[in-house]
Amino acid sequence: MSNLLKVSSSPHIRAKDDSSIIMLYVIIALMPTTLFGIINFGIRALLLVAVCIATCVLSEFLFEKAVGKKNTIGDLSAAVTGLLLALNLPHTLPVWQAVLGSVFAIVVVKMLFGGLGQNFMNPALGGRVFLLISFAGTMTHFEYDGVAGPTPLASIGGGNVNTLDMLIGRTAGTIGETSTICILIGAIILILLGVIDLVIPGVYILTFSLFVILFGGHGFDTAFLVAHLCGGGLMLGAFFMATDYVTSPITPLGKVIFGICLGILTGIFRFFGNSAEGVSYAIIFCNLLVPLIEKITVPRAFGISREVKSNE
Amino acid sequence: MNKNLERVFNGLWKENPTFVLMLGMCPTLAVTTSAINGIGMGLSTTVVLVLSNMLISALRNLIPDRVRMPAFIVVVASFVTIVQFLMEGFTPSLYESLGIYIPLIVVNCIILGRAESYASKNPVIPSMFDGIGMGLGFTVGLTLIGMVREILANGSIFGATIAPLNDYHITLFGLAPGAFFVLGCLVAIMNVIRRNMEAKGKPLPAVQGCLGGDCSGCTLSSACTGKTLANKANDNNTGKEEE
Repeated sequence: MSNLLKVSSSPHIRAKDDSSIIMLYVIIALMPTTLFGIINFGIRALLLVAVCIATCVLSEFLFEKAVGKKNTIGDLSAAVTGLLLALNLPHTLPVWQAVLGSVFAIVVVKMLFGGLGQNFMNPALGGRVFLLISFAGTMTHFEYDGVAGPTPLASIGGGNVNTLDMLIGRTAGTIGETSTICILIGAIILILLGVIDLVIPGVYILTFSLFVILFGGHGFDTAFLVAHLCGGGLMLGAFFMATDYVTSPITPLGKVIFGICLGILTGIFRFFGNSAEGVSYAIIFCNLLVPLIEKITVPRAFGISREVKSNE
Repeated sequence: MNKNLERVFNGLWKENPTFVLMLGMCPTLAVTTSAINGIGMGLSTTVVLVLSNMLISALRNLIPDRVRMPAFIVVVASFVTIVQFLMEGFTPSLYESLGIYIPLIVVNCIILGRAESYASKNPVIPSMFDGIGMGLGFTVGLTLIGMVREILANGSIFGATIAPLNDYHITLFGLAPGAFFVLGCLVAIMNVIRRNMEAKGKPLPAVQGCLGGDCSGCTLSSACTGKTLANKANDNNTGKEEE
């Protein structure tokens, strides 16, 4: 009888998923994009992916060893960070710069703030922005088929971009951002597995589309809109970076606000900023707003009226 | 240890304004893009600090307590103006690169802080050595930050190019975020060294009174006999001058 009345505090039902399973799902979902990137850009892309993952895992291991913390490389989050960072680099980047970016992403952005779950911005994007500011030359040098040239996003202004190529990914750009189709396959895998939900990416892309129509200067021009949606890191950022559990809001309304902020900021950076791309900056900036967004969107607990709350 | 030497050591190491007191952060972060800039800023601040400490100390019995802040600022501003004209005349390139931060020495909190907490309470000679110590501590801090940033961002040191680093420039360290990273790392290193020294049996003097001398958070403060002592320590705390 006493066994039946076992008293314990919530949660009473636990899911089997833990961090490492979820990270494994993310790695699987990123595989189409990664493989396409390697086929598209050649062996150099594979090298950068390997270097970034190895450096991220190793620097997490060494940092935890140095400060005497529990070893957490088994949760695979460092491997995901490395993979995402590599997908955000042009395949021509010197290896030492990729190593530096990986170390920065793990040690400064993640471990110094307390490790997984405590990082205040997406580590992979933190690393990418560090590289973008430090090595503007090599980070914005794109080659395709051995020919240096601008990314489609940078040449949209000129008007002659091949939207089909951008959809498939046969264009210049970073390793993982070019193929919209591969990214969408990965996103569908994640959504079916229940790792991410559609709210943040959906609101983000809708807001951005509205921004393009209103302020893009082309009105409702489908080709222009599709080019802006497929160009740059928008898809990769919306599905794989903005949905990072640690650095996105958990409240339902907060997710909507987060997505709207991302869409507006990306639009402002792309149309009114100096550089062609604005997704990374928009996401890390909105990462910083997450605590504020969550604070104003905490759902009201059942039975507590608004008056009582405001009198507290 | 000799009291004057002790003041110098205090400024250089024990209460280093950059790494321990964290004062004067605005010039520390803004001008340390190179080692030369760091040294220039540090030394010009030192000159102003020593002279203003001496004058304020000499005038400490004449300045009425209620107008001491304006009086201090007039003294400091006079010396800053002199230093500014001297630099414009003799080191024009340094004057150009430091720019607005030279006149801003007037509001550098190290200078006003030392005037308020030390020079206005102590005789001229110790005040002078206090200024020397604090100024040199500031100079060392700024030069270290400037050196690290210059090596990382420009691959040079004191303007001399380091050939092997030619292809390895990290622009970020020449920009504002880099200053924060370098400062944070240097403070961390400094704290490790201090902790190791304390572990070897050279502990820093403890603050007198319970709760670190802070009586406001104590429920027994009205009945406490040690209150005067602790309050005194508390007053001195703003001055950081208990030996």
